[in-house]
Amino acid sequence: MVENRPVLNVITHLVLIIGIVIVALPIWITFVASTHDAVRMTQAPIPMLPGTHFWENFSQTLLGSGLSGTETAPVWRMLLNSLTMALMIALGKIAISLISAFAIVYFKFPFRMLFFWLIFVTLMLPVEVRILPTFEVVADLGMLNSYWGLSIPLIASATATFMFRQVFLTIPDEMLESARIDGAGPLRFFWDILIPLSRTNIAALFVILFIYGWNQYLWPLLITTDTDMTTIVMSIKQMLEAAEQSPQWNIIMMTALLAMLPPVFVVVAMQKLFVQGLTETDK
Amino acid sequence: MASITLKDLVKAYGDTEVLHHVEGEISDGEFIVVVGPSGCGKSTLLRMVAGLETVTSGTICIGDKVVNQLEPADRDIAMVFQNYALYPHMSVRENMAYGLKIRKISKDEIARRVEEAADILELRPYLERKPRQLSGGQRQRVAMGRAIVRNPQVFLFDEPLSNLDAKLRVQMRLEIRKLQQRLGVTSIYVTHDQVEAMTLGDRLMVLNGGYVEQFGTPIELYDRPATTFVAGFIGSPAMNFLPATVSAGMATLGNGARLANAGAANGAVTLGIRPEHLLQDDAGPVRVTVELVEQLGANSLLHGKLEGTDIEMVVSQPGHMSAAAGTVMGFVPANGALHLFHAETGKRIEP
Ligand SMILES: Nc1ncnc2c1ncn2[C@@H]1O[C@H](COP(=O)(O)OP(=O)(O)OP(=O)(O)O)[C@@H](O)[C@H]1O
Ligand SMILES: [Mg+2]
Repeated sequence: MVENRPVLNVITHLVLIIGIVIVALPIWITFVASTHDAVRMTQAPIPMLPGTHFWENFSQTLLGSGLSGTETAPVWRMLLNSLTMALMIALGKIAISLISAFAIVYFKFPFRMLFFWLIFVTLMLPVEVRILPTFEVVADLGMLNSYWGLSIPLIASATATFMFRQVFLTIPDEMLESARIDGAGPLRFFWDILIPLSRTNIAALFVILFIYGWNQYLWPLLITTDTDMTTIVMSIKQMLEAAEQSPQWNIIMMTALLAMLPPVFVVVAMQKLFVQGLTETDK
Repeated sequence: MASITLKDLVKAYGDTEVLHHVEGEISDGEFIVVVGPSGCGKSTLLRMVAGLETVTSGTICIGDKVVNQLEPADRDIAMVFQNYALYPHMSVRENMAYGLKIRKISKDEIARRVEEAADILELRPYLERKPRQLSGGQRQRVAMGRAIVRNPQVFLFDEPLSNLDAKLRVQMRLEIRKLQQRLGVTSIYVTHDQVEAMTLGDRLMVLNGGYVEQFGTPIELYDRPATTFVAGFIGSPAMNFLPATVSAGMATLGNGARLANAGAANGAVTLGIRPEHLLQDDAGPVRVTVELVEQLGANSLLHGKLEGTDIEMVVSQPGHMSAAAGTVMGFVPANGALHLFHAETGKRIEP
């Protein structure tokens, strides 16, 4: 629909701007709050314009001990924990799903469809549903307070397996046959042909899964007790409840701001591949 | 270079047999075209030679080696697919080099072979492009190049030209033939286009419903078709078939007309006459009620019915010709142009 009517233009822009303001306002307030000192943030009304304490808050949050008077890990440590967990989950999920989709699509083995449906059924069991047995297992394996414990239970992924299966099914059979004639064995075919052909899908999935991993809250909360293993998302909640203090909004908001940055960075960096991966069908 | 022997070859999917006891000897350097209607098993046969389908029973030999159990890569063959199956993420050069790289051939040798093939196929300017940046004809050539660089004993083609437009098809057809002659590689080429088959093949294998109907040179197939199927399939426009009864060398058509020189047959037969072998003769025994005349310039095609019957007939006459619908014209078969087939089995009866 291509229309060129000035009044309509104004209205559509107005609607869009209102939408953006609604979405962006909390982020703006977060930013503003992170630029004032603690005292200013306890006075009403809350400020709507940036203050002058940004760098001070920044360095106290990132490098110092965060909230004054508590024993949490510095925020850089939490960022590192979150980053490690999110990367392990995203890369682990992608690796496992690629391999299982490869097996299901390209190999004939007994009970192949049964396995596929078993994987598929786990779609119905998100982490929250199986959280107690999973906790039990992880605890028994001695993986509490470790990166392995944080990521492994979240790695198995029916969604990604299913998606890669669909991607592989769109690759014509002749591609496999021509690789066979060229002398490529299954692993070479996987590396040299399937992976490059799924490149954009892998990127799209990476973005989604990275954010999924980054935003994990309940699971890390359960299995980490050591402050050194705290992830940034859970720490924000903990800061609110920090013992016997009124919340230090400037620091909390700075933490929130820092917590938003890596996902934004991943999305921006992979935007082109991401869009291609979700829209391109031609192989 | 190698000969290929197919012995008593059977392919079945579950209980359905799709290829029945195929026999064939292909000598070194020969260009064989496998031709037949859709679903007759051409691709299946080719893919069995390639090693992409298992053999249910029988043997396939390449050279003097039985290859039934060998992987495609170990059969020393190269295949060109209908949709080319180029690797979309590799450049033309990488596409051609991939098979050689896997065989651990040295970099210099790979570069030399790829460039040689690129020169033969005039692909030099496109070596660094991706397949999607090429036209259909160029992709086709890359697929050929991928086959050539391997230096295989056998080329296998599965309808490699059917995605091209008519003009390019004729041009590529010639190029494939020239290339094959120059390299002298034994080739099997699958197509359902009888013109392509006639122009390309040293010999043609006509398949129908999984049976080999006839295996011979294009001229043999045209002059002495073994069955009504081959007779109808080879040649354009297709042969006319008229039911007739023969006794003492005279054939009597359904409308009572009598033709001489009907050979040694006896009883009910199917009489075959090619449209181009009917000569106009007002007193001729084959009388056709004209329905439509197609003027093609060099010749004219006359469509009609055998007078007094419902049997469709086509007659091809050189030069221009016009006839009003409904007129009846007489024709006489050229000398030795009558083909006789058994009325039930459709098998040729030698005169
Ligand atoms: N995997 C399969 N399972 C069962 N039947 C099959 C299978 N593949 C092919 N067929 C059957 O085998 C027969 C021959 O198939 P084939 O692909 O060789 O035909 P074709 O001569 O190449 O036809 P076309 O000209 O349409 O390509 C067909 O009747 C087809 O239905
Ligand atoms: Mg076919």
